[in-house]
Amino acid sequence: MTELAENLEPAREVIVRYNNVKKAFGNNIVLNDLNLDVYKGEKVALIGPSGSGKTTIIRMLMTLEQPSSGTIEIDGEQLWHKEVNGQLKDADEKHLRKVRGKIGMVFQQYNLFPHMSIMRNCTEAPIHVLGLPKDEAKERALQMLQKVGLSDKVDMYPSQLSGGQQQRVAIARSLVMQPKVMLFDEVTAALDPELVGEVLEVIKDIASEGETTMMLITHEMDFARDVADRVLFLDNGLIAEHGTPYDVIENPQSDRLKSFLGRFNSAH
Amino acid sequence: MTWDWAFAFEIFPRILQGVGVTIGATFSAFAISLTLGLVLTLLRRSSFKPLSLTIAGIIEFIRVTPPLVQLFFVYFAFDMGPFLTGAIVLGVHYSTYVSEVYRSGINSVPKSQWEASRALNFSPVQTWRKVVLPQAIPPIIPMLGNYLIILFKETPLLMGIYVTEMMMIARSIGAETYRFLEPITIVGFIFLVLSYPCALFIRYLERKSGQIPGSAEKGVKA
Repeated sequence: MTELAENLEPAREVIVRYNNVKKAFGNNIVLNDLNLDVYKGEKVALIGPSGSGKTTIIRMLMTLEQPSSGTIEIDGEQLWHKEVNGQLKDADEKHLRKVRGKIGMVFQQYNLFPHMSIMRNCTEAPIHVLGLPKDEAKERALQMLQKVGLSDKVDMYPSQLSGGQQQRVAIARSLVMQPKVMLFDEVTAALDPELVGEVLEVIKDIASEGETTMMLITHEMDFARDVADRVLFLDNGLIAEHGTPYDVIENPQSDRLKSFLGRFNSAH
Repeated sequence: MTWDWAFAFEIFPRILQGVGVTIGATFSAFAISLTLGLVLTLLRRSSFKPLSLTIAGIIEFIRVTPPLVQLFFVYFAFDMGPFLTGAIVLGVHYSTYVSEVYRSGINSVPKSQWEASRALNFSPVQTWRKVVLPQAIPPIIPMLGNYLIILFKETPLLMGIYVTEMMMIARSIGAETYRFLEPITIVGFIFLVLSYPCALFIRYLERKSGQIPGSAEKGVKA
């Protein structure tokens, strides 16, 4: 990956770094020796067939899955390890909590809290995790809900909203925490086709503001082309191809990627 | 033996005096079982294997021995007085059942809710308090209520250790007058009068827990 960094803008700051990361579930190797740098503010789209390891990449970053070996750094800090006298030890919950705060994630199934109103979904973590005063948390939540176009739904419950609206709330809920890196795990895959657009629009809006680093797993190639600075094609636990959206989506090199993309083109 | 109404009316107030003890013992024991049951459930989920296995063993042991034997054992082994012994033993015994109910409630909370909590960086304690338990408990309230009624109906066991609840009084009346039919029937009648509204109330809760926004689709369908 390093030569790629030099080709682009050498001055850019790395925010996420995967170092020789492997992940296996039993004998099943899902990720094989991943080395990847993600830069501050960069939008990286991960594409590839299911089982290619792309979900595992972001789940490890969210600390939902522990790497079998290798290290992950966020903003210069070890995620799964702690440096004790120059040696890397497994991180404890306290350390994980500290570093995890820089990451936010939006899930395929929205995963809103069904027993909380939309407002509480968005304020519970800012109040109790970040320690914000209630008023400030509410104000921030309202701002984000406005951004996703749902500020009129604050008193409703998730089950009263459509899938697309729920997913937009989930995005707002994550934004309120002001993460440095936002992860999107196939966030439109569970939606009815007519609801996909509204969610993608919201993500594009946030992406266009620039600051937040994003890693997006998607099967929406047009969306990936529009939003991403870089596209990674994952296959069999390896980054098989990477580059600008133009390189990867318009000008695929390998047969695997061509046939993968072919599935989407034929659908059009 | 024929039914004697005059005798029945005469002893009714005396038996009624035991209702307070019966209800007191029921609720004390239930409070213990709700609290201890949750503690047992949480300890049993510990990732520290020796602890979770020990707890599982203790639960199994309490469950497979008769409550009456446990009552006698604790009554004679510790000097706590009949009422306290009764409340603690029944409470501990039922906590093993209640812990199973909690477990089913907790397991019904999808894994994705834990993951969302982690993504928002909640601490483990916050995750339990704000996300998991508020979703795990409403659907199991009817089941807990059923255990309350079962526990209530088990309180005559306390007679064995001389707690002066209704059954104990009824039996003393029988011993004094050689008439058992009326006192025992009255006890049964009072239990019926008290249990039935409870059962109705639980059915009401069952309906209500289905109405909590968002929990509608997950309401207990049992």
